Amino acid sequence: MNENCCCHVFKAAPTMFKVSSRLNLADYLGIIQVRLGIARDSYQVKPGLYAVGNPGNDSEVLVSANYKLSFDYLRRELKGRDLWILVLDTNGVNVWCSAGKGVFSSSAILDLIKQTKLPGLVNHRRLILPQLSAPGVCAHEVKRKTGFSVIYGPVRAFDLPRFLDNDLKADEKMRRVGFTLGQRLAVVPVELKIAGKYLVLFLALTALLLVIKGQLNPANLLAKALPVSGAFLCGSVLVPIVLPWIPFRSFVLKGWLLGFCWAIACALLFGFTFWNWLAGLLFLPVLTAVLALNYTGCSTFTSQNGVNREIKLFARPLGLAALAGFIFFVTGQIVHFF
Amino acid sequence: MSSLALDQTRCRGCGICLQVCPHAVLTMKTERVEIVDIDACMECGACSLNCAFGAITVSAGVGCAYAILNGMLRGTGSACACGATPENKTNCC
Repeated sequence: MNENCCCHVFKAAPTMFKVSSRLNLADYLGIIQVRLGIARDSYQVKPGLYAVGNPGNDSEVLVSANYKLSFDYLRRELKGRDLWILVLDTNGVNVWCSAGKGVFSSSAILDLIKQTKLPGLVNHRRLILPQLSAPGVCAHEVKRKTGFSVIYGPVRAFDLPRFLDNDLKADEKMRRVGFTLGQRLAVVPVELKIAGKYLVLFLALTALLLVIKGQLNPANLLAKALPVSGAFLCGSVLVPIVLPWIPFRSFVLKGWLLGFCWAIACALLFGFTFWNWLAGLLFLPVLTAVLALNYTGCSTFTSQNGVNREIKLFARPLGLAALAGFIFFVTGQIVHFF
Repeated sequence: MSSLALDQTRCRGCGICLQVCPHAVLTMKTERVEIVDIDACMECGACSLNCAFGAITVSAGVGCAYAILNGMLRGTGSACACGATPENKTNCC
């Protein structure tokens, strides 16, 4: 991604770059692009040591991931400051996810400290890490092997100026991870794009079936496609919006409940036949439930054992319900055909 | 129910676990740490990994259905699809 490069290389040291704390138009366009899920697998910054402002040998050293979005959100909070940023190679993945997978790790930090010759560059022995890198980093191991103390900064880069001005102390609020409406929605376009191709395929198939029957018109297409499309949108858009207010802790049950309500609404709205009632009530909630389960990865509080339990508990019932729904749907088509 | 477990006899009260926990699962009580909200624990493993005295254990992992299902299909345990695995190196700018 050469066009997104925000750095120019210092000739003397191959791993040291200078970077601005001001984001330019290309950076903001990049943020929009990556939030829409376009080319987001290659949205990376070159790993290495970055200089913000004119840092000296007493300046603090921040550590970050090489996902450009993480890096941009960090540097734009550093206006008017002189600091070093150590950017680890996390394969372009954000801090929390890469730490969870052990890529943002103690050993990655050790390697980069050595590569960038950091000990010769600064007099102090402090590294400021994002709090959410802690699932991958062992502070006492870094200290023992490099002499650098790890100080865990705030969760959000937004709080970093106050943290830096407050003798590197984070208050309660800086340490907590929430899941606001804005945060819940920020990941929806990407999820829609990933799952959306199946919806497009479904719409194309529905249209094709109507063409074969010689009944293709907008009203017909809407009536035939809306139940499934709506269940799809319930799972990928409505679940994130109303997540905290749907009963149940389980994501599958949350999604299933919304899908069930939608299925009843559809049945009443379109005057379903007997077979379509059965098919709709069985199949549509499964679709929403699966999409809601998928949303666990976007949330900020689900655990691996919890998600594992959900999959073990619900995989079979959901599969059977979907299959039965499909059979009832086909039965209905055949019965009404004759 | 979270797999988080705390051995208070090993705790020295340094408090680094309180700093790294994103959901205020732990609290400090008379120079020892205590679990106060185990249901909020997401088993990220940050507290356990950063405890220099081995006082905390947890079966840590990522609570992402996509990663878990992906791992089941490949038979590798949980595997992210977002490129966050050490062997998954790609080019950069």
